[in-house]
Amino acid sequence: MSAATAAQDHPRGAVAVSVEDVSRVFGGSGGAVTALDQVDLTVAAGEFVSLIGPSGCGKSTLLRLVADLDRPTSGSISVFGRTPEQARLAHDYGIAFQQAGLLPWRTVRANVELPLALHGVGKGGRRERAGHLLDLVGLADFGDHFPDQLSGGMQQRVAIARAIAEEPSLLLMDEPFGALDEMTRERLQVELVRLCAQTRAAVVFVTHSIPEAVFLSDRVVVMSARPGRIQEVVDIGLGRGTEREEGLREDTSYFESVTRVREALHGGSGAGATVRGAELR
Amino acid sequence: MSASGGTAVVVAVRGTALRVLAPVILAGLLLVGWQAAVDLGEIPPFLLPSPRAIGGELVAMWPTISGAIVVTGTNAAVGLALGGLLGIGAAVLAGLLRTADRLLAPLVAGLAVVPIVALAPVLYTMFGAASEVARQVVAAVAVLVPVFVNTLRGLRQVRPVHRDLMRVYAATPGQVTRTVTVPAALPFVFTGLRLASSLAVISAIVAEYFGGPRTGIGSFITTAAAGSNYARAWSFVLGGVIVGLVFYGTTLAAEHLVRRRSGPSGRPG
Repeated sequence: MSAATAAQDHPRGAVAVSVEDVSRVFGGSGGAVTALDQVDLTVAAGEFVSLIGPSGCGKSTLLRLVADLDRPTSGSISVFGRTPEQARLAHDYGIAFQQAGLLPWRTVRANVELPLALHGVGKGGRRERAGHLLDLVGLADFGDHFPDQLSGGMQQRVAIARAIAEEPSLLLMDEPFGALDEMTRERLQVELVRLCAQTRAAVVFVTHSIPEAVFLSDRVVVMSARPGRIQEVVDIGLGRGTEREEGLREDTSYFESVTRVREALHGGSGAGATVRGAELR
Repeated sequence: MSASGGTAVVVAVRGTALRVLAPVILAGLLLVGWQAAVDLGEIPPFLLPSPRAIGGELVAMWPTISGAIVVTGTNAAVGLALGGLLGIGAAVLAGLLRTADRLLAPLVAGLAVVPIVALAPVLYTMFGAASEVARQVVAAVAVLVPVFVNTLRGLRQVRPVHRDLMRVYAATPGQVTRTVTVPAALPFVFTGLRLASSLAVISAIVAEYFGGPRTGIGSFITTAAAGSNYARAWSFVLGGVIVGLVFYGTTLAAEHLVRRRSGPSGRPG
């Protein structure tokens, strides 16, 4: 199933995120810093898009704009046809950060239940959903533990369970595996692919790991720094959901895609890279 | 259980026993040394009464001492409660409003350097020499500062990632307070209260030195010392030590309880 067909039969319509001509300038005492410069990006419903680029390329800023944690200086963003603020208030998206950001005084279960509790889901419903989610991320036995009794990878899995607790149609992830070791990272990537196939959520995934971006994504958005711009969008097309498994990491097509993203990152024209949704500058 | 495991347990028990016993033995030796020094060195009682004499006074005067403990303890407790509430309230206000913070911070800093017990004579005139209120006010003012400072620090412990998360969830201000702000601040509040508890007791006792009704530990210490009854003065000092220990122990236990409830990593720092 391609990204396009996934989008067409998606209940929420074809477009999850639409970013048009967005700039973000941070005014500081040492002069203005342009974090994002005239960025255009469209993420289809159910599509997995990674943002990759060097530090300071504005990939996290872009994600925060979509999440309404920050406002663009110019340009417009829509999430399922609404403003980011409306989308946030309607709980349209789930989010995970580089830090798991669990509340240390709550048990793992209570952490997963947090968004449900804040949004008025009853105790019974919360319990059931949290149980299901902990099953999903393989932490069924750890519901009554406290976060700091868990390893970093387990904490991040709790954070992901929390992010998908309300079955969002859009998942925003800001380097969620950035602080984890390579083995844990690869295992969680496989789990994430599986989860996304189940929930059919669109994902915007910020990373600075090329293999990670290629393994997870339908498209990889390569950004350049100072000012933050979209340099190139690389179509991966390695198949979706359950088609992506550990074996893929040793596949020739996987290596080809890694090469294409790497070349795009290093400013090369990118042999055979298809560009969509952004201009080549 | 294996032989080595058994040995390990014995060693552990011995370790604990040693840790508890060592200071007790040391204290015992010091007391014996003290008594011997007073007896053999013929130290005059006004210089240093012997432990035996102090112990005798403690037993003989116990009804008075226990009454004084209750009076001083009550003053310190009222001061701790009053100052604690005011300190927490002011910190919450300062945490919510930048203007309040700017107004209160220098005021509290000023309060911290004022020798509060020196106000006692003035307060006795204000509230009447037969009233305990002046002592309670002194204790309350002494408590206010550490509670305010610690609570405000606690209220500022909310991590940016948690603030983002609450925004993402479109949580109401009340929900943010309940879910994130208060749990993060609570261990700090109780640390402030523990630090303040000793101050409350000290202030309540010292305030009694400056007058007021002759009811508490401090009053009896001055009376006994003025009457050249040094062993009795020391026995009242012991009463003061008891009050201090009770306050410190209680607030320490409360602090531990809160930290345990607020999760293993809910500790300040």
